[in-house]
Amino acid sequence: MNATNATNAMKTTTRKRSNAPIFWALFGAGGMLSALFGPMLVFITGIAVPLGVVLPKDTMSYPHMLAFAQNLIGKGFIFAIIALFLWHAAHRIFHSLHDIGIHAGTGAKLLCYGLAMVGTVIAAYALLAIGF
Amino acid sequence: MSDNQKVIEIEVLRYHPEKDKEPHKQVFEVPFTDDMSVLQGVQYIKDYLDGSLSFRWSCRMAICGSCGMMINGEPSLSCQTFLRDYYPARVRVEALSHFPIERDLVINMEGFMEKLESIQPYIIPKEPRTLQEGEYLQTPEQLNEYEQFSSCINCLLCYAACPQFGLNSSFIGPAATALLHRYNVDSRDGGKAERMELINSEEGVFNCTAVGYCSEVCPKHVDPANAVNQNKTISAADYFLRFLTPKGGAK
Repeated sequence: MNATNATNAMKTTTRKRSNAPIFWALFGAGGMLSALFGPMLVFITGIAVPLGVVLPKDTMSYPHMLAFAQNLIGKGFIFAIIALFLWHAAHRIFHSLHDIGIHAGTGAKLLCYGLAMVGTVIAAYALLAIGF
Repeated sequence: MSDNQKVIEIEVLRYHPEKDKEPHKQVFEVPFTDDMSVLQGVQYIKDYLDGSLSFRWSCRMAICGSCGMMINGEPSLSCQTFLRDYYPARVRVEALSHFPIERDLVINMEGFMEKLESIQPYIIPKEPRTLQEGEYLQTPEQLNEYEQFSSCINCLLCYAACPQFGLNSSFIGPAATALLHRYNVDSRDGGKAERMELINSEEGVFNCTAVGYCSEVCPKHVDPANAVNQNKTISAADYFLRFLTPKGGAK
């Protein structure tokens, strides 16, 4: 009886639910997006447009990009790409720190996820400020 | 012994806690034949060269899970790893990584035993059942759900392979999670809610960074990485949806 009580007590005192699913879900969503859209974005912004292959040279001109960012779907796309890529990177960097022996505590967690949060807020603000 | 007897050098990590400040290596020259395993090599050392060498072994055929060692840095069962595959180079044999050494190649597995106990590795019936009600019946599909995860022999190679367990030994780890999953997906079991508490906790599956080396070193072809990652999804779904469902692992 005493042993049972002791194990039950141990069980309830030592288990704390992890809040990792929040960060893991953002990480997963960002990873999925970067796998699907990352290479395409590199191709469009880094190769096709500057070299003028496949796409016309003015594809990414200011008026075009402004129109894209003012469109509701364009806004959503830009926001998701920036915010989720950031959360993905933050999570990966945070865990890589741990892997290379820097036992990242609350400070590193705040720094990594904090930067992602700041980037998310700035992206949201800028996209709203640019108008519809 | 014939004239063309082959001799291999076996470098063993020795540690005697009452005499040694820290582990040190010792090299033995061991005559061997092509059918000799690394386990037989260390048995030769114990029988003929140095009787003080300590290591665990039992079945010699990859069933018991006792003889796990780091062989040239890889977590392996020494009974199914052969000296001929290393000859003429030297083979290095050390205690399993990430565990405290009790003596020589013997590790202290107390931490793992506690984990094994904590997952409740037995069927917790959904409701009491009398003998008159007869046996449980399962379809082949229901058996398939958990069968591969039930092959674990607790050899701990996956723990020696897991970098995250190496960094944080409170992580429940690959084998215990695989076995936990084995019971959770068994159609006869009703203990999932209790076990999910552990999966969801800070000691649970989110310590894993999906390295996958655990599944690679498993001698019984269990796929613990798969169990861990399935449970990440289950745990995350529960984390976000627990307020919507009438009952579940909410704490």
